[in-house]
Amino acid sequence: MNSIAFVIIGILTLTGALAAAILPRLIHAALCLVMAFLGIAAFYFLLGAEFVGLAQILVYVGAVAVLIVFTILLTRREQEDVHIPVNWGGVLVGVAVFAALFWALLKTPLPGVQGVEIITVKQIGQVLMADYVWPLEATGVLLTAALIGSLILVLEKKAR
Amino acid sequence: MFETVDQIFVIAKQQLLVLLGFAPYWVLQIISSLVNIAGILGVFLTLFALISLFERKILARFQNRYGPNRVGPFGLLQPVADGIKMLIKEDIVPRNSDAVIHFLAPIAMVVPTMLALAVIPYGNGMTPFAIDGGILFFFAVGSATELAVFMAGWASDNKYSMLGAMRAIAQMMSYELPLIIAVLPVVMIVGSLSPDAIVAAQGRYVLGIVPHWFVLTPWGFVGFILFYISALVESNRTPFDLPEGESEIIAGHMIEYSGFKYAIFFMAEYFGMFAISGLAVTLFLGGWHAPLPFLQFIPSYLWFFLKLSVLLFVFIWLRGTLPRIRIDHMMMFAWKFMLPMTFACVIAAAVWHYASGGLYGWFGSLLVLAVAFPLLTLLLKTRQNLSVRTYRYAE
Amino acid sequence: MTLTAYLAVSIALFAIGLIAALSRKHAIFILIGIELMLSAANLNFIAFWRFAPEPHPPTGVIVAIFAIAIAAAEAAIGLALIISAYRHYKTTLVEKMDSLKG
Repeated sequence: MNSIAFVIIGILTLTGALAAAILPRLIHAALCLVMAFLGIAAFYFLLGAEFVGLAQILVYVGAVAVLIVFTILLTRREQEDVHIPVNWGGVLVGVAVFAALFWALLKTPLPGVQGVEIITVKQIGQVLMADYVWPLEATGVLLTAALIGSLILVLEKKAR
Repeated sequence: MFETVDQIFVIAKQQLLVLLGFAPYWVLQIISSLVNIAGILGVFLTLFALISLFERKILARFQNRYGPNRVGPFGLLQPVADGIKMLIKEDIVPRNSDAVIHFLAPIAMVVPTMLALAVIPYGNGMTPFAIDGGILFFFAVGSATELAVFMAGWASDNKYSMLGAMRAIAQMMSYELPLIIAVLPVVMIVGSLSPDAIVAAQGRYVLGIVPHWFVLTPWGFVGFILFYISALVESNRTPFDLPEGESEIIAGHMIEYSGFKYAIFFMAEYFGMFAISGLAVTLFLGGWHAPLPFLQFIPSYLWFFLKLSVLLFVFIWLRGTLPRIRIDHMMMFAWKFMLPMTFACVIAAAVWHYASGGLYGWFGSLLVLAVAFPLLTLLLKTRQNLSVRTYRYAE
Repeated sequence: MTLTAYLAVSIALFAIGLIAALSRKHAIFILIGIELMLSAANLNFIAFWRFAPEPHPPTGVIVAIFAIAIAAAEAAIGLALIISAYRHYKTTLVEKMDSLKG
C-alpha cells in the first residue's frame, strides 16, 4: 500500500518537475511547478513529517507560486512565443550530475529501517523554542529584511 | 438514550465496517474514508442547494418582496430548476483562450474548499479526518484558492477578466494575514492546532451555567469579529465583492465561463463560506457544545448546524444591507487597521493567560484592546476624507 | 519504501532543477530551477531524518522548516530583482543583460 502510493506520487512529482523545466510557455511551466510542489508535500506526508508538508503547501504553493505567476504577468512582452534555442551544454551538465550522484547512491549501503512515530507540532514547537531559538529569531530578522528589501527594489521613483 | 441519538452516525458507520469485517485492513481504511467523504459531500451539497434558495428569499424579504415561490411549495424546488438550467446551457470557450487552463480553473477552485471541509468537527467524535495540524491544513488549502482565481482570469484572454483576477488576488492575499493572526490567540491559549482539542477546551461551564466559549472573553470577541470580517473578504462577499461586482466588472475573473463551469465557481464560493463559518464556530463559538448545561440532550451535530446557520444568516444579512467598498479603502483597512488590531488581540490574550484568568486578567486584556482600538481608528484618518454631504434638488 | 528510493527521487528532482537553471534563457525559468533544487534538498533532509537510528532527534525537520522559510525570502527578492531588471532592460532574457561584458 505504501509502495503503491510512493510510486504514484513519485511519477507525478517527476513529471511535473520535468514539464516545468522543458515546456516552452511560461504559464504552463509555472502551473506544472505547482504540481511538483504538491507532489513533494505528499512525500513529506508519506514520511511522517506532517507539519513540514503543510508548511510546504502554505509557503510554496500559496506564496512562491503566486509570486512567480504575478511576475510572469508583469514582465510580459507581446512577442511572447519566440522560439529560443535550448542550451544543450546545460542539459549535458545536468545529466552528468544526475549520473554521478546516482552511481554514488547505488554504491552506498544505507539503513533500511523506517521509524514509526509521527512528529507532532507540539514537539517541533518545544524544540524550536528551547534549542533553536537563535535561528528562529535570526530567520525573523531575515524575513523582515527580505520584505523591506523587495519593496524598495520594486518601488518606482516618483517624479520630484 | 440521548447518547445514542447523539452518536447515531458514528454507530452506523461502525456497524457498516463490522458487516464488512472479512476484508483486509487497508480495504477497511479506504471504505471508512469513502463513507466520510460521501457524508460530507451529501450534507454540504444539500446545504448548498438550500442556501442558494434561502439567500434569494431572505434578500427579497429585506427588499420587501417575495423571493422565488413558484417552483415548488414555497419555492423549494428552485435549486433543481437552477441546476437543470445550468446543465443544459451551451458551454462556450473563447477561441484564443488557453483551453487546458480554462478547463482546470473551476476544478482547482472547488477542490481546496472541499478539502477544507474535511477537518472541521461536526459533532461528538464526528471529525471526518482528524489531523494533528488541522488548522494549518485549513489555511494551507485556503491559500491554494488564489492560484485558481489567477488561472481563471488568465485563461479567458480578456482584459477585464485579468484585471478582476488581479484585484481578487490582491484582496485575498491582503486579508489572509489578519485571518491567520486572528486565530493565533485561540491556538496559543489551547496549546494545540487540532480542532478537536480546541473544541474540547471550550466544553466547560464556568459557575455551572456560563459556557467557556472563547467568544465570551475580550480577546475572543475582538478576534471573532476580525476573523468574521476577514472571512467575508476571503469568500468575496458584499461589502467586499469587488472581484465579482456586477455593476463594475461584470463577474471579474468568471466572465468567460458559462453553464456548468459557472455553477462550479458559484458552488466553490458557497463551500468556502461553509468551511470558514464552520471554522469560526469551531474556534470561537464552542464547536458542537450546547450553550447551557441542561440543553445537552439536543444532539451535538444539531447544535453545530444551528450555529452555522446563524453565521450564514449574518453573511446574507450583510449582503442585503451594506454597499460595496472601494479597492483602496479595502487595502488601507487591511494593512493599517486590521493587522495591528490582530496583534493587539494576541497581546490581550497573553495578558489574560498570564493572569490565569483572574479578574486582573480580564481587566488587563480589556485595557489593551480599549487602548489599541481608538489609537488605530485615529491613525486611519477617514473622517478627513469625507466631506459634508450636500443635496441638490430637482427644480 | 527504502531510503535509497527516496534519495533517488531527490537526486532526480535536483538534476531536473539543475537542467532548468542551466539550459533556459528566461530569468524566471532559472528561478523555477532554483526552487526545485531547494525542494529536492529539503526532501533529502526529511528522508534522512525518517531513517535515523534511535534516539530520533528532530534536527532534520527543523532544518527543513528553516530552509522553506529562507527559500520563500529568496524567491521574493529574486522576483523583485527580475522585475527591476526588466524595467531597465525591457527584456527578461539573461543573455541580453550584458552591459558589464568585456
